[in-house]
Amino acid sequence: MGYALGITAAEFAVMLGLLMGLIAPVMVWVERRMCAMIQDRPGPNRLGPFGLFQPLADVFKFFFKEDLTPAAVDRPLYLIAPALALLPALTTFVVIPFGPPLEVAGREVDFTVAGTEAGVLLFLALASLGVYSLVVAGYASNNKFSLLGGIRASAQMISYELALTLTVLAALLPVGSFNLQEIVAWQRENVWMAAPQALGFLVFLVAAFAETNRLPFDLPEAESELVAGFHTEYSAFRFASFFTAEYVNMATLSALGVTLYFGGWSVPFVDPPETWWLAALYGIAGLFGKVALFLFLFVWVRWSFPRFRYDQLMRLGWKVLLPLALLNVVGVAAATLAGWL
Amino acid sequence: MEVAVFALFAALALASALVVVTHRNPVYSTMSLVVTLVSLAVLFVLLGAPFLAVLQVLIYTGAILVLFLFVIMLLNVGREEAGGGSKLSKVPALVAAALFGGMVALFSWRAFRDDALAPLTEEFVSLKTLAGALFDRYLLVFELVGLLLLVAVIAATVLARRPRPEEREPLGPRPQGESGSGSGAGAPGEAAP
Repeated sequence: MGYALGITAAEFAVMLGLLMGLIAPVMVWVERRMCAMIQDRPGPNRLGPFGLFQPLADVFKFFFKEDLTPAAVDRPLYLIAPALALLPALTTFVVIPFGPPLEVAGREVDFTVAGTEAGVLLFLALASLGVYSLVVAGYASNNKFSLLGGIRASAQMISYELALTLTVLAALLPVGSFNLQEIVAWQRENVWMAAPQALGFLVFLVAAFAETNRLPFDLPEAESELVAGFHTEYSAFRFASFFTAEYVNMATLSALGVTLYFGGWSVPFVDPPETWWLAALYGIAGLFGKVALFLFLFVWVRWSFPRFRYDQLMRLGWKVLLPLALLNVVGVAAATLAGWL
Repeated sequence: MEVAVFALFAALALASALVVVTHRNPVYSTMSLVVTLVSLAVLFVLLGAPFLAVLQVLIYTGAILVLFLFVIMLLNVGREEAGGGSKLSKVPALVAAALFGGMVALFSWRAFRDDALAPLTEEFVSLKTLAGALFDRYLLVFELVGLLLLVAVIAATVLARRPRPEEREPLGPRPQGESGSGSGAGAPGEAAP
């Protein structure tokens, strides 16, 4: 019991360190530099080599800025909203496997912080809690722009969660398990899921953009109409919480996409080493290498496409993505039953 | 350890449930309900039913309560005024409370008898057994529930549908008596081009 708890704690610490210490700051830098590149300007390039220390300066700025709490806000809810953003963002990653299951000192270690039978469902459940921070922030701010942002966020998240969940379900069908480690094992034996389920992957990708509130679906914070949407009234470190949560959510959803459709932690044509720490490094490199490609796509899309209008967003979700996702589930179920997969 | 976790989350569930019914601000009530449901999910995990726990969070807190919040914010429901309900509304409340009390009493009574309900086994609450039961033994009931939900969705869509311009009626309330019989027989014929 104590031993297992220790392993879980160590794994959680590694995961938290990677997300907060590496992914979030590096993503801030990548976003600013890539945006500059796409817009044909240099971007932040003064602090450190290639401006790499810019995120550090940003963090200090967030720390030392004045933390404003407007007088008319609903204080308890206003203060709790940023925490509600970070909590699901930082816990959702626990079900993603980041290495091959191995025996270490006579014990089975499966390199997943929370390797449960209901792995994928736990992911969806935790991820679905993220919307509360947006809604609560929008309500508590007592500002019409924030409120509109919060209302949009709740409608958008509900709409796209359906399509997302249905495509995830389709990806599980041929494997016959909710355990992500088994899904990776299936893909190592057969083929990456993106090949037989290309349609499902496309729907997943679009829904993932909408779930993370990224352009072209960032309606909750559409700055051309809502100032900054749900986080209009937030400043300093509370704003940074929303900001960080967005990047962590992107990384987490990318990790789910990689695990479901692109073989998870496995590296093609290279078998994992037997030594446990080498295997862990192999798994982390494999997983985060692929996640990095996904994140690159997120940034690339953000600076390339204009924003949808709100009615277009709803129409796309309910009249295009949902039927496609249903079609995908039925098709995959039939193919699985016929034994083609 | 297990007892401590149980005590913490049981207390949390009870306290937040109290806030749900007593708080005057509907947004606070909804957020307290979130806490209640998540605490109950933790209790489900302690009972050895992680699948149930996950579904509880996924469906109730992840979807239904978000819709609650959405509606509350869209309608901008303010603080509830005290003493709004009529005396008649206390009757169903009392009936519901009596039913719930009876249920609790029945369960407690059975738990202390010799033929107490068997505890849930790991195998019984596993995904495979649950899915097997749903799609084999209780298939008819399962499909009926699905049908019921479908009917409810269609009915809700019909109610919420914005009428097309040609069938839109002039502003103002229409007579109460005609609306029931008139719209049922006449509307489909009128809507046809």
